Amino acid sequence: MKRLLSLLLIAILLVNALPAAVFAAEETVTINIYNWGQYISDGTDDCIDVISEFEAAYPNIKVNYMTFDSNESMYTKLKAGGSTFDIIIPSDYMVQKLIEEDMLEQLDFSNIPNFEYIDDSFKNLAYDPENLYSVPYTWGCVGVIYNTKYVDPEDIGSWDLLWNAKYAGKILMFDNPRDAFAIAEAKLGYSINTEDSTLLTLAANELRAQKPLVQAYVMDQIFDKMERGEAWIAPYYAGDYLLMVEENPDLAFYFPEEGFNRFVDAICVPKGAEHKDAAEAFINFLLDPEICAQNLEYLGYSAPSSAAKELMDPELADNPIAYPDEETLANGSFFSALSQRGTQEMDSLWTMVKTADTATTVYLIMTIAAIALVVFLWIFFKVRKRKRKARRCAKWKTA
Amino acid sequence: MKRKWLSGPYVLWMVLFTLIPLGVVLYFALTDAATGKFTLSNLAKIADYWPIFLRSIWLSIIATLICLLIGYPVAYFIAHCKPTTQRLLQMMIMLPMCISFLLRTLAWVALLDDTGIINNFLTSIGLSPLPLIRNNGAVILGMVYNYLPYMILPLFTVLMKIDPRLIEAAEDLGCNSRQVFSRVILPLSVPGIVSGITMVFVPAVSTFYISQKLGSPGTILIGDVIESQFKAAYNPNFGAALSLVLMVLIFVCVGVMNRFTNDDEESMVTL
Repeated sequence: MKRLLSLLLIAILLVNALPAAVFAAEETVTINIYNWGQYISDGTDDCIDVISEFEAAYPNIKVNYMTFDSNESMYTKLKAGGSTFDIIIPSDYMVQKLIEEDMLEQLDFSNIPNFEYIDDSFKNLAYDPENLYSVPYTWGCVGVIYNTKYVDPEDIGSWDLLWNAKYAGKILMFDNPRDAFAIAEAKLGYSINTEDSTLLTLAANELRAQKPLVQAYVMDQIFDKMERGEAWIAPYYAGDYLLMVEENPDLAFYFPEEGFNRFVDAICVPKGAEHKDAAEAFINFLLDPEICAQNLEYLGYSAPSSAAKELMDPELADNPIAYPDEETLANGSFFSALSQRGTQEMDSLWTMVKTADTATTVYLIMTIAAIALVVFLWIFFKVRKRKRKARRCAKWKTA
Repeated sequence: MKRKWLSGPYVLWMVLFTLIPLGVVLYFALTDAATGKFTLSNLAKIADYWPIFLRSIWLSIIATLICLLIGYPVAYFIAHCKPTTQRLLQMMIMLPMCISFLLRTLAWVALLDDTGIINNFLTSIGLSPLPLIRNNGAVILGMVYNYLPYMILPLFTVLMKIDPRLIEAAEDLGCNSRQVFSRVILPLSVPGIVSGITMVFVPAVSTFYISQKLGSPGTILIGDVIESQFKAAYNPNFGAALSLVLMVLIFVCVGVMNRFTNDDEESMVTL
């Protein structure tokens, strides 16, 4: 037994040691990138394949690419540990939260010379005031996407469209608390960064009122559902609308008049990254105006760099949805990180919104009835069996 | 001694991957997320989720009963076929299980959607589309479809093993075909029914993917709540508490089911 065990241990050790030895010989490193789904140009539709271009330019760096569907799920994965990432691309408020919780590495900007191409208006933003931890990747706004084939033009213009009972079952909603609450808060006229318990509860009630009309709470599935016409109305990021409209030209987009969220997604290196230098090389590569222009041309999100914008297809660079005018932008507001208490309160309200149930009594009655039925059947069979046994015994006796 | 040694790897496996994780679940369920101190508040919070527990149990009971109603005749039929046909039919039942459960559910979505295959066909021949998806019925359909093989296979095994001489004896002693079924075949197949019900009910009650794809936001099941506690809300303590309660409920349900077999085993002996 002991010998078997030690042999097994040796085998395990050998298997573990092997790849390490191979890497040391060739000095190739693998960087783990954790990004939003559908958030890098991957070579479809004759667009640039950013990752393979990068691997071609840096032959000793391999990229392992993984995706998440919301800031919250990315945070959960980081917090849960067990996996190391070299690059993550969270949104502004999540960057701030990660900085506050000391989960990001400071970047070495001497490794990222292309940072100079980023516009000054996107440097030192509120979420990273000294710009030590993050580099802007894209920016954009949240608005409403709707299908012109089914939605009456008189109904559009505000967030109310998402609460319009006429379109019940055809409305999609964000599947993350921060974006969902921002919509309810904007609709009610509150700040999207409020932590006031009463206001949060009122916003949650608004979301609860909307729930019977909602087809599904989704993130990346929105592409498929809107493109096929399975759903007609959905709030989402402007850049993704530009991708969807290429598949389904009936889709249209507007910025709700009550105000909306404006965001910056930034590239960061989380604490525990194993190959920070390689990660910084990748960041620098992404910031190259030529790469940035081609990448964002595919994504449809807005570029934080004028140098890149100049290299883009002018049709996209002048698009009022990708680059709204100052007047529209003034109506947008940025998220800031909520306190621990605020986040928890929002999370639990959100869970209540998603799980609250109206048909309580019906199920209760049905379940009690089912339990009663089971008990009745059990007793019935027992009694019947006893009777049969008694009858059989009686027969024996008479015989 | 040697025999004991043989069970060693499994015992080790059980301790490492069943008992210790269960202990971790228990630990998480009874501690506070922020401070790590002992608390019962996670369990107390579950009171808000009773309706969802009840719905999960209720939908799974219906799905299990439908599986039984469909599965029993099928198993009976297969058990009475020629061995070659039997093998073919058995393979037909196993075949869908070779394809990923997620893909099979997604295929139903493509069929049932408002813009799916069935409704597109209906609109193309001039009928109005039907509300096929995003209701309790669709969730039950998904459960029945995915778990039906787990009902048929144990029933088939049990029905195969019934000694045909018992049936002949019953017929000789004057039972008509209905009595043969109710007095001989049905009691003898109870172990198969019970294991079939358990194998369908337990995964159905804790499922989360089917309800997300085929259900609406209003038909959320307890598995979805548990999943969201771990994946989105980052509250593993409450998620563990929910899992613990679900586990206890499943034990209770299975325990009630097993009472039926224990009773009927006696009748089998006296038969």
